[in-house]
Amino acid sequence: MNDLIDQLEAERYELFEGPAYRFNFNRRQFLKAFSGGIALIVPMSNLVAHTLQQEQGESGRNRSNERVPDDIGAWIHIDENGMVSAYTGKVEIGQNIRTSLAQAVADELHVPMTMVRLVMADTDLTPFDLGTFGSMSTPRMAPQLRKAAAAARETLIALAAEQWKVAPAEVRIVNARFVNHDASKSLTLAEVAKGRKLVKTIPPDVAITPVRDWTIAGTSVPKVDGRDFVSGKHQYTTDLKREGMLYGRIVRPSALEAKLVTSDTKAAEAMPGVVVVRDGDFIGVTAPDLQTAIRAEKAIAVHWQAPGQPGNDELFDYLRKNATASRGGGRPVGSIADGMAAADKKLAQTYTVAYIAHAPLEPRAAVAEWNGGKLTVWTGTQRPFGVRNELAEAFHIPEEKIRVITPDTGSGYGGKHTGECAIEAARLARASGKPVRLVWTREEEFNWAYFRPAGVIEVSTGVKNDGTVTAWEFHNYNSGGAGIQVKYDFPNQNIQFHNSKSPLRQGSYRGLAATANHFAREVHMDELAHAVNMDPVEFRLKNIKDDRLKAVLQAAASTFGWGKKTEGRGYGIACGFEKGSYIATAAEVSVDAKTGRVKIERVVESFECGAIVNELHLNNQVEGAIVQAIGGALFENIEFKNGQILNGKFSKYRLPRFSDVPKIEIVLLDRKDLPSAGAGETPIVGLAPAVGNAIFDATGVRVRSMPLGLINRGSTG
Amino acid sequence: MANVNSLNVNGKKLPVDVDSQTPLLYVLRDHLNMTGTKYGCGEARCGACTVLVDGLPIRSCVTPVARVSGKQVTTIEGLEKDGKLNALQDAFLKADALQCGYCTSGMLMSATALLNKNPKPTRDEIVKHMDANVCRCGTYLRILNAIEMAAGTAKEVVE
Repeated sequence: MNDLIDQLEAERYELFEGPAYRFNFNRRQFLKAFSGGIALIVPMSNLVAHTLQQEQGESGRNRSNERVPDDIGAWIHIDENGMVSAYTGKVEIGQNIRTSLAQAVADELHVPMTMVRLVMADTDLTPFDLGTFGSMSTPRMAPQLRKAAAAARETLIALAAEQWKVAPAEVRIVNARFVNHDASKSLTLAEVAKGRKLVKTIPPDVAITPVRDWTIAGTSVPKVDGRDFVSGKHQYTTDLKREGMLYGRIVRPSALEAKLVTSDTKAAEAMPGVVVVRDGDFIGVTAPDLQTAIRAEKAIAVHWQAPGQPGNDELFDYLRKNATASRGGGRPVGSIADGMAAADKKLAQTYTVAYIAHAPLEPRAAVAEWNGGKLTVWTGTQRPFGVRNELAEAFHIPEEKIRVITPDTGSGYGGKHTGECAIEAARLARASGKPVRLVWTREEEFNWAYFRPAGVIEVSTGVKNDGTVTAWEFHNYNSGGAGIQVKYDFPNQNIQFHNSKSPLRQGSYRGLAATANHFAREVHMDELAHAVNMDPVEFRLKNIKDDRLKAVLQAAASTFGWGKKTEGRGYGIACGFEKGSYIATAAEVSVDAKTGRVKIERVVESFECGAIVNELHLNNQVEGAIVQAIGGALFENIEFKNGQILNGKFSKYRLPRFSDVPKIEIVLLDRKDLPSAGAGETPIVGLAPAVGNAIFDATGVRVRSMPLGLINRGSTG
Repeated sequence: MANVNSLNVNGKKLPVDVDSQTPLLYVLRDHLNMTGTKYGCGEARCGACTVLVDGLPIRSCVTPVARVSGKQVTTIEGLEKDGKLNALQDAFLKADALQCGYCTSGMLMSATALLNKNPKPTRDEIVKHMDANVCRCGTYLRILNAIEMAAGTAKEVVE
């Protein structure tokens, strides 16, 4: 079932053709980069066996028929000064894996955090990685780095033992020093690594430290490099400057799908220092400073022709009309007909979600530089290796001639999977013969990136008067298959995802379709609870066998004080599961009687993602997800018509702000007996349905579309 | 179009040679290599580009450089003294008041302006003052906490 869903997601998020070939960070390249000290490498096969299925789901690349390559997935290096470097292709975008992955390495090696440094997301230095998405870094990359670190520790211990001519079992690491059995002798990491040039591949069965013995993981280590961010020193892609660098601007089409008819670039070309680049429908300029580049861009007269395209008002009909027949979202369980026959009450409802924008505060940016046929691009992306591949295809050069470096980036939320900006910057740099920096404007971000898919979800169900759900039929059109499966114990299910034709460019987003699917499911559950006059928590518990789901629901309800009510307020709850973690969200709202404006007053969210790696940053992630969810729940909504985005700027697109933030209480359930799951996504899915249900509780109006916005748009029910 | 030839930034008079209508943001970032001040929206709606001019917060993305000529500009680079973070910067770290950090400079500058004017703001006053600054990662409550820690009004000190 999960395999099928993953494949569906792959198709949904495929934005472009997959690569015809793929070069890996192989042993030869590795040895070139390795100068001395001790290195432990994790073969790609270790990593791929676990992740291929899941990661391809979002990268949109179907590599299932490929032979698993025998190359390097991650590696750890201990240099002759005893400094530990861990190499990973993952990127840091604010989720703090630079911290949590270093914690894993420090933990295994028994060294302080200050001795560990992470080298991330540089296609010349770090091993191939499909990308940073899907909450995969914690469950997949951390254990691999742990294995490498554990193997490094054992290797170092053996070397120390050899030096002392004792058995390895007599050597331990205490406070970053190797000591013998009675601690009469000691060596530092540097002393053991000195003069060595040793490369080892980790054995597949190397044991890693169990959670109960963690000393650095499991603690609230502060953000690595935090000081650079509060002092303005950190260099994002947008801040990089190269010798002789020019500034780029792109002349954008009048609408999506527009074709260039005529252009007049003479005035721009006459400006001193300006280079105009015209290649097919691509028109861009470079200039020695940004203001000149902007003037040159504006001086270019262009006539575009765009086809008529659907707008907001017809969106949901359009998606339904253009949907494919059932795409086999999963084999039905039991029989819907039997389930309906056994029901006392039946309910059929339709739910919708709008397109929304990621709006990462650092827009897409790239600095591109050609040097003797070799291209280097610095760019903020969640898929540096994917961008390298896009560049190779765009410029018809081998990937070996391209280096993509991703500085720690000003967030992504699933919005930075593609390499348009990198390609544009590289095209401008090639034409002008100088390094070029291109930073997308906020308007370009809204118009030329991609959106979280909009969708229509139809749910029809049957329920017995005692609260047992007997039939569950669920059809999602266009928004995606993530989080579509239920963790409830429903005997008869038919759950389908239907591809459709999207009028707007769409792609990944934090949590993908799990937000839409949880919204429809959990609002519908609330409707069913009311249909049989049951308390929504009691009704859910009646249909849950899964202990972990039960635990988060009960934790949220009890911390929230579920059942206690204040006049004029509404209360709602929702729960769910996605990407290995469990969530329940309870919300209290007020609705202004005159304006219909919804205010979220209080939120309690319980979250369980196995063993907690860093409580401080986990709290921060969960809190941030709740706040980001407020936008999609209440007001974010891309308006469009004829290929034009009508509200693509911050003065028109409403984002969550300080004054929107309710009182938030987070209950983290630490399951030290379970492996750690990622936490960047799932905490976002519970808010919208909880708020929708609270609005109903407050007003009796049932809103079935996101954003919930002003409640008078809904229908009573 | 007259050019602007010098700018007072963080207590230093710096030579520049830019068109007077150039937004201050780009003079700081591209001409003076002070990249701590960020572009976010270009229309004064996100606060990422906030700097102080004679102690008052302005959005440098929409402020022509001519308008600050002869005045004192303070940027994020001017908060550290003798290589030491100030109390507000420290509080941001203690409260873990950032994720990706891209909004942080603007948040710190807006908060600095508030505390200069009102050293012990109530939470409501902080929210009102900071509402024009966007943190897309959603660390608002942590930023509020950090400002209260720096002001000495925090009820709960973060773990």
